[in-house]
This record gives sequence, C-alpha cells and structure tokens, in this order.
Amino acid sequence: MTLTTISSNLLYIAFFAYLIATFVFGGAVKGNKQGSFDSEQRWGKVAIAIAIFGFLANVGYFFTRWAVSGHAPLSNMFEFTTAFGMTLVGGFILIYFLYKTPVLGMIVLPVALLIIAYASMFPNEISPLIPALQTNWLAIHVSTVVIAEGILAISAAAGLVYLLKIVDLTKKSKQRFWLEAILYTLVLVLGFIISSSYFNLTNYEAGFQYINKDGKEAAVIYYMPPIFGMNESVPLTEDALTPFIETPAVIDATKLTTITWSLLVGTVLYVLIRLVTRRRISQLIQPMLKNVSSQLMDEINYRAIIIGFPIFTLGALVFAMIWAQITWSRFWGWDPKEVWALITWLFYAAYLHLRLGKGWKGEKSAWLGVIGFAIIMFNLIVVNLIIAGLHSYA
Amino acid sequence: MENLRCQCGHSNPLGTKLCESCGRSLTDKEQNSKLVDMRYEGTARRSQTYNRSIIDKIWNFFSSVKVGVSIIVILLVAAAIGTILPQQAFVPANTEATIKAYYADTYGSVGRVYHFLGFHDLYSSYWFIALVGMLAISLVIASLDRFVPLYKSLKNQRVLRHPSFMDKQRIYAEGPGAEDTLQKVEAKLKELKYKVRTDKNGLLAEKGRFSRWGPYVNHIGLIIFLAGVMLRMIPGFYVDETLWIREGETRAIPEVPGYSLENVKFALETYTGEGEEARFGEALGRVGTVAKNYQTDIVLYQAPKDSLPGATDNLEVVKEYSIRVNQPLKFDGYAMYQMDYKLNELKTMTFTLTDQETEESLGELTIDLIDPDKKYELKNGSTVELLGYYPNFSGFENGEPQTASPLPDNPGFLVEMTTPATPEGETSFITIQNTIEPFGTNQYKLAFQSAEMRNVSGLTVRKDKTLPILGLGGLIFMIGVAQGMYFNHRRFWLQQTDSGDILLAGHTNKNWFGLKKDLEQISVYASLPAYSDQQEDTEKEGELKS
Amino acid sequence: MLVMAGAIAFTIYNGVTKEKSELLQVGDAAPDFTLTDLDGERHQLSDYKGQGVFVNFWGTWCKPCEKEFPLMEKQYQVYKDQGVQILAVNIAQSDYEVRQYAEQRNLTFPIVIDKDKSVMEAYNIRPLPTTLLVNPEGKITKIITGEMSEEDIVSYMEEIKPE
Repeated sequence: MTLTTISSNLLYIAFFAYLIATFVFGGAVKGNKQGSFDSEQRWGKVAIAIAIFGFLANVGYFFTRWAVSGHAPLSNMFEFTTAFGMTLVGGFILIYFLYKTPVLGMIVLPVALLIIAYASMFPNEISPLIPALQTNWLAIHVSTVVIAEGILAISAAAGLVYLLKIVDLTKKSKQRFWLEAILYTLVLVLGFIISSSYFNLTNYEAGFQYINKDGKEAAVIYYMPPIFGMNESVPLTEDALTPFIETPAVIDATKLTTITWSLLVGTVLYVLIRLVTRRRISQLIQPMLKNVSSQLMDEINYRAIIIGFPIFTLGALVFAMIWAQITWSRFWGWDPKEVWALITWLFYAAYLHLRLGKGWKGEKSAWLGVIGFAIIMFNLIVVNLIIAGLHSYA
Repeated sequence: MENLRCQCGHSNPLGTKLCESCGRSLTDKEQNSKLVDMRYEGTARRSQTYNRSIIDKIWNFFSSVKVGVSIIVILLVAAAIGTILPQQAFVPANTEATIKAYYADTYGSVGRVYHFLGFHDLYSSYWFIALVGMLAISLVIASLDRFVPLYKSLKNQRVLRHPSFMDKQRIYAEGPGAEDTLQKVEAKLKELKYKVRTDKNGLLAEKGRFSRWGPYVNHIGLIIFLAGVMLRMIPGFYVDETLWIREGETRAIPEVPGYSLENVKFALETYTGEGEEARFGEALGRVGTVAKNYQTDIVLYQAPKDSLPGATDNLEVVKEYSIRVNQPLKFDGYAMYQMDYKLNELKTMTFTLTDQETEESLGELTIDLIDPDKKYELKNGSTVELLGYYPNFSGFENGEPQTASPLPDNPGFLVEMTTPATPEGETSFITIQNTIEPFGTNQYKLAFQSAEMRNVSGLTVRKDKTLPILGLGGLIFMIGVAQGMYFNHRRFWLQQTDSGDILLAGHTNKNWFGLKKDLEQISVYASLPAYSDQQEDTEKEGELKS
Repeated sequence: MLVMAGAIAFTIYNGVTKEKSELLQVGDAAPDFTLTDLDGERHQLSDYKGQGVFVNFWGTWCKPCEKEFPLMEKQYQVYKDQGVQILAVNIAQSDYEVRQYAEQRNLTFPIVIDKDKSVMEAYNIRPLPTTLLVNPEGKITKIITGEMSEEDIVSYMEEIKPE
C-alpha cells in the first residue's frame, strides 16, 4: 500500500468514526431522559473516544498527505475544506474536555461530516504548488486560519444548540422560521453531496461549446445534466440534454446547474423528512435538548470566540498580510478573499463589542455566532467558487 | 464646574455615580438598584455627563458603543458590496471610458448601475475612507472617554469603602469573624498572588489590574496601524512602481535614484510530471500546465556617489541575484518583486543572402534588432547595408517607412545588397510578411533563416517605510487582545467592624467562576462567612416568577 | 482631535484625487545629467550654465517629435549664437537608429541617448515629446508635453535667452 492510499484510507476511517460518534453522542443525549447525567456521561465517554479516534485518523491523513505531496495539504479546495472539518472536530474535542458537552458533538460532528463530504466533491489528487504558494507561509497562514475557523464554528454550534433549546417552536415566529432555515441549508448541502455523487458514479458528462463574456468561443463540460445552458451554447456530446434555459455570458451556467440540482435534491429530501415525521427538523431535535444547560451553551458560544478571534486575527490578517507583502509586494490589495477575511474579523469585533459593551447575551449572542459561521462558509464556498480573485486555486 | 460632594466629604466630579473615595452611590438610580454598576467603577465619563455644546455632542456620538458597532457594520456591508463585481483594479481596462464600457458590456445593467454608484472603485471612494476615518475617531474618543476616568479611579482606590458599596457588589458576604481573620485572609491572598493593601480595619486585594487596559491597548494598536497606512501618502514613505525589463537590458530603477538593474535572463519553468514530480501526474493530466517557477536573474548596479544620471560607465555591481516569486530582491530599503512576464519578443533575425534563381547562398548575417549594425560584410566582398530600420513597422507615410514603437514587434529593414555580380547594389524592403523591391526585380534576396527571442520580466519596485509601524500596530493590538481577554481583574474588599463582624465583597471584570474559586480557598483557610452571588440570586428569582 | 480630523480629511482628499505628485515642477532646479552624443562627446547640463537650454525628450517612433525637429533645427540656427542650446535626449534607442534618423533630417544640434533611461527617470518623463526649458540660472521655467508649433519654439527660445 502506498502512502497515498494510506492517506486517503485514513480519511475514510475518520469519516466513518465521526459518523458513528454522531449517533453515540445522539444516544448519550437522548438516553438522558430523566436528567440523570450518568448515562450521558457513560455514553458520552464512549462517543468522545470514537471521535478522538476519528480525529487521530484525520490528523494521520493530514500528515501522510503532507509527506507525499511535500507541502502542507492546505493548497486547494479539497485540502482546505477537509482540514476545516478536521479543526472543527479538534475544536469540539477541546471544548468537550473543558465543558463535557455531548450535545455539542451531536451537532458538530454531522456538520464536520457534511464539510468533509463537500470537500471530497472537489478534485482530490495531489497537485503541485504554483510559485506564489511555494513558501512556509502557506502552512503558517492557512493552518492558523483553519484552526481559528474550526474554533469559531464551535461557537456557532453552541449558538445553534442554544437556539434549538430556547426558541418556542409551537408558535409562528421569525426565530422559528430562521432556525428551520439553518437546518434546511444543512439538508441542501446533503442534497449537493447526493446529487454530485450520483452523477459522478454514473459518469455523466456532456460537452458544450459557447460564447464567453469576452465574445470568444469556449468549451465546457457538464458533470450534471444541464438545466441551464451557457451563452449561445451548442452541444458537443451526442444526445446530451438540451438545457431548459440559456443564461447570459457573465453567468457560469454549469455552476448554476450544480446549485439547482443541489437545491432540487435537498428540497425533495427535506420535504420527505417533513412528510414522514410530520415535524419540522428543529422539532425533531428540540426534545433531545431538554437537559442541556442554555447558560453553558451561551458560555461556550462566547468562550469559543474569545479563543478563536485572536487566532483568526493572527492567521487571516497578520500572517496573511506578511505573506502578501512577500509574494504580491503589498500586504493588502482588496482581493475578494482578503475583503471577506476583513468582513469576518469586523463581524466578530462587532460581536465582542455588543456582548461586552451592550450586554448582548443569550439568544442575541447565539444568533450572531451562527451568522459568523455563515460568513465563514460564504468566504469558503461563494468567494472561492463564484467571486474569482487571486485566491481561487480550486 | 460644580462638584458632587459625598457624605464622606469627598468632592467628586460631576457625573460620578459612585463616590471615588468611599464608593457610596451618588445617583438615585444607583441608590435604588440592588447591585452597583461596576463597569467603569461608577466614574464620571464625559460622554455621560455633558451634552450641551457641539463638541459634547460630537464626543458623545463617537464614544457610544452603539455608534462604534454601527460604523463597523456599515463598513462590513460596504466592503461586501465591493466584492459583488470585480473592482476596477482587477478588470482589463485602464481608462475611465474603457472601464465604464467594460462594466456595461460585461455585466449589463447591473454593471452600469454598479459603475454609476462608484462601486467599481469602492475602497478608495471618499465615503469609504471617511467611514474608516470615523471608525478611527470612534476608537480614540470611546477609549479616552472610558480609559481616563477608569485609570484615575483604579489608581486612587481607597481600601476602606462604605458598607453600601460593599453590599451592592455581586459577591458579598457578612458574618462573624475571628481576631486573626484579616491576617489569615491577607496571607492566603498573597499566596494566591494578589496585591494586598490594608488600612485600619480593612483590606483591599487586587490581581490582574492590567487586564482592564486590554481594550485600550488594542485600540491603540489599531490607531497606530491606521496612522501607518496614512503615512504612506507622505512622499518618501512609499514607492510603488513597475519596471518592464527585457533580457539584456540595463535600466535605471524607477524612483530609486542611483540604482540600475540588468536583466540577464528571465525563465519560466513548468512542472513536467516526471521523476520527482510523478506524484503530480494525475493533477497535471487534469489541469494541463502548471507553473513551477518564475525567475529573473539580475545584476544590480549602483552609480558611484556624486555621479550624475546618464553616466553609465562607472556602475558598480552591488549584487547578482535571482528574483523569484516569494524571493524579492532587497536592497537599501527597497524591494523588487517578480510580478509578471512576457515571453518571446524578437531579439535577432538571421538571413542568408541568396540568389533568387539558383538559390545559391553568399553567406549569412544576423541582425541584432536591439542594436543593429550599419553594414554587414559577407564572404567574397558581398555586403548588406542597412539603409533604414523600423522596429515596429506600421506602414508608409509619404513613401517613408514608419515605426509605431521602439520595440521590434514587426521589424522592417531597408537594405542595400552589394555582391560581385551586382556591384551597384540592389535595394529591398523586408518585413516578416513580405519583401518589397522598390526599384525593379532584384537578383538577390535576404532569405529569413531563424530568429532569436528574448523574454520580458515585469518587476514591481517597492519601498514601504510604514511596514515597521504597521507591524508595531499589529503587535500592540494582539497584546491588547490577549491582555484583555485572557486575564481578568479580580478584587476583594474586606472589613472587620468593631464588633468583629466581617464584611466581604468581591468583583471581577470577567470570569466570575475563577473569582469564586479563589474565594472558596480563602474562605476555607480563614473560615469566612458564606458568600452569595447576588446576581445569580436575582436571576433565579426572576426565573421562578416567570 | 483637530489633528486627527485634519489627517483624515487629508487622507480622503488624497484618496480621491489620487494624483501622483509630480516630482519636478516649474521653478525647481533642473537635475544635472551627463549623456553622450553620437560623436562620443559628453554633454553635461551644468556645463551650459549661463545659457538657456532647450531639453527635448524624443524617440524615432514619436510622430509629433518628427514634426518638431525641422522647426527646432531652423530656430537652433537662429538662437545658437544667442546663447540657447538644444539637447535632444533620445530614449534608449540604438546608435544606428538615432544616427540614421538624424542624418536623414540633417539635424545639427547635439543628440544624446539616455541608454538606461536614468535621465528619463530623474525627470519623470512620461509622454513623448516632453520639452523642458532651463534658464541660464539652471532653473526649469516651463515643462511642455506634446507638440510645439514654430511660434511656440520661438517664444520659448526667447524666454530662456540670456539677457
């Protein structure tokens, strides 16, 4: 077995360990009906052991891949996103030992699973570094950022648990709507993973020729049946599906198609869940949180930001600026990725001022924590894939 | 200015909530509340006291957290808007008109509106800079408004406080004590690294006061950073120039007096996917070519002191270096970066002088397109004389060949070929595409054989004297953040009344859990009365009621 | 506070105008330089102190330069004995091109070549042609970018002619 296969097998092991740990954590939380913490502690111990095992496998994947490729595996979407999943679990384990919170595992691990699965939708072969990335700052800058984001995501998870616990789901309210919207979004990610895996396994491919935004001819391959067509597109593959709608040249119809498929599959899945259980997803989770201390979740929500914010500042701004100065001759250039790092930073600065200066605790704080995670994910997904810039390496 | 006189006789500045000396509540609100607001030690903050003059109003506006956070949020939203479409610096157009057209053509009406609103250059718009400026003002005013009174108050703390101050603290205990309670408490507190002061029957223990300065320290860091950014507009602090330099050229470095640079060679390497790089084979197969290295081998020269621009004879070699991405050339406070390149500009062209009919060659000549010779001697006394050279031939004007630029992109040569067979000479005008024979058919022609190319390297010249200032700002910010977030300020006040009763109050700016742990250790050691957390009690009562 | 408000106003002003501060302005002392002409002779600006110097930056590809040259040559014949010197500074072209160009047009004033563009950098020359008028005291009295008419050239020569 080569080191490369060892590496990818370790990632599989981590993935399945997280999957199992999710259910054991769920069991630990659910088993605690009477509020006696014995069973929660007992099953929580088993679950955290599995999670740690998975995390070690994950770290093993990381370093074996580093050994094979000769550079820190943080250089493209696949590598960065899997590392994010890893630090998310790492952050959770850290918090678990501080606060003994199985319920957080029940939320964080599935999110980490979604993230790793999302990562594996990107090309995962070991790729060489372009000159700009050939420096130790790649490892320093990106690893600090990914650790910070993992910890900040824990804050969001704690916030989500807090909200799931305290929002009144029996009455119609904005809170109820948005809470469900968050969970719906997670199902959509699942939709993306299912649809891309399906078309990947069935080897779907359809080539088209089109006119790009500079007025030149270009070719494109769809890996999902084209719902949207590129500007003035002509099929190159025989019996390819004719796109239903043609889009103007500025829009990348392949990405739009992928998004639409994910939305479709995700929504079907969501509707199925609603129909089968006759409940909102939030209603399915809420009963499990009866014995969760909302005060503790609020504390974790804040504590994770206290830890994550300085690390984020260091990684996403300080180290980023030093590297940018060395590579691009200027420490700041208003590249979209830089701007979104600044936005994330400003957002958490606002959070801290509101919490410390205006006394925003509990629910408000929880919502802010969740929004912070949304900004991080926006920077990871939308800015990388849609808003092109210097950082688009994928 | 009228002052507030407390019952204890101390005269407090207007706006004080808790007497600076004894801690009695001075306002109705404070008197009626169950717990005192300790955020700024109940000191008089300018913003909470005056609101008459314009200056008061401005001060109050900028010292408000609400305003500060609003500015942050507006900045954040504005910054996000700037990423919807690429900024003008990233679009392939560089004049007002072409930029405008680019947005309209590429993004349709959305692009038109975006450009109309000035979002294409959002980050240097006056309003965006003004917002950052407002944030800076807010940082300064809000910090001063809080820091100055807080500093004074913490510096002049008295050990003995009025009982009404003590029993309105969140952590409070009272009960009987022993004779040696104070000494015991003092000993234990010292063991826990508290600074202890005593006064008559009282004691004040304090730890980690510096953490209270954290927010102000990090704000100072940010201000230094922003000031550094501003400094770069002052001449001499900042240089940002581009130097396009061709292989073989020596050029004065823009904005760097006295230095010049020779481009010896520019090389672009790509990954081969072979040998060591076999591990990248799969990736290379998918994406095609991937650049491995951009490199300009240079020689840096310096003119001797007192030498004048234009004097190129006595240049001294300072350094030979290979400028690569991530490895800029550094000298004398300047740095030069590998930023761009162009491959394959014509450098030389080689021709043979050939008989048009017999194809017989009379020899070869190579014209250096950068520095051509006037006359080329071939064997048997044949010569080719260059009558005119037009490096970027763009057509004829009044019968005269023209050049559009000094670069040999489309060289044109007016030559006279003299051979033993044609001693009068034959004239011919040669370009890459064709040959014109202006005076009738020639016997000889110059037949193109080969060309040598050269590459062009695009370098950025940078000087940024603000970097140390920015670094300092960043460092101070990080220190301030750590100081404020990872440490906390804990205090205990203890008094023993004449009857021997103990009054104890505790306060911390954060992490009450830690404070309680300290208190528990002290209580056990000195057998103190049990304390209560008055805030938690209130919260619990609240919960029971609802 | 005022200082800060001022600094911020200055930043905004600078950010909006974004004009690069011209390095050389009318009234400045003309930076000295030394360049070699086609005959290998050195010309140093400061050697012409006491004379007016008409410094013209040009290139063979520059159309307005080509139109100016005959006019400059004509006025050079008039003013060279009145203490006005012309220095035509070519931007980094080959000796061959410059010589060919000058011979074809029978130019007699000194033509020097700025081989490494250091004089061009020192004078911060961007568009061609750019002409600088240097008075007998060595001060720049005018910076002209773009083409000049014959009347312009005459009036410029008059302007820098020593009394």
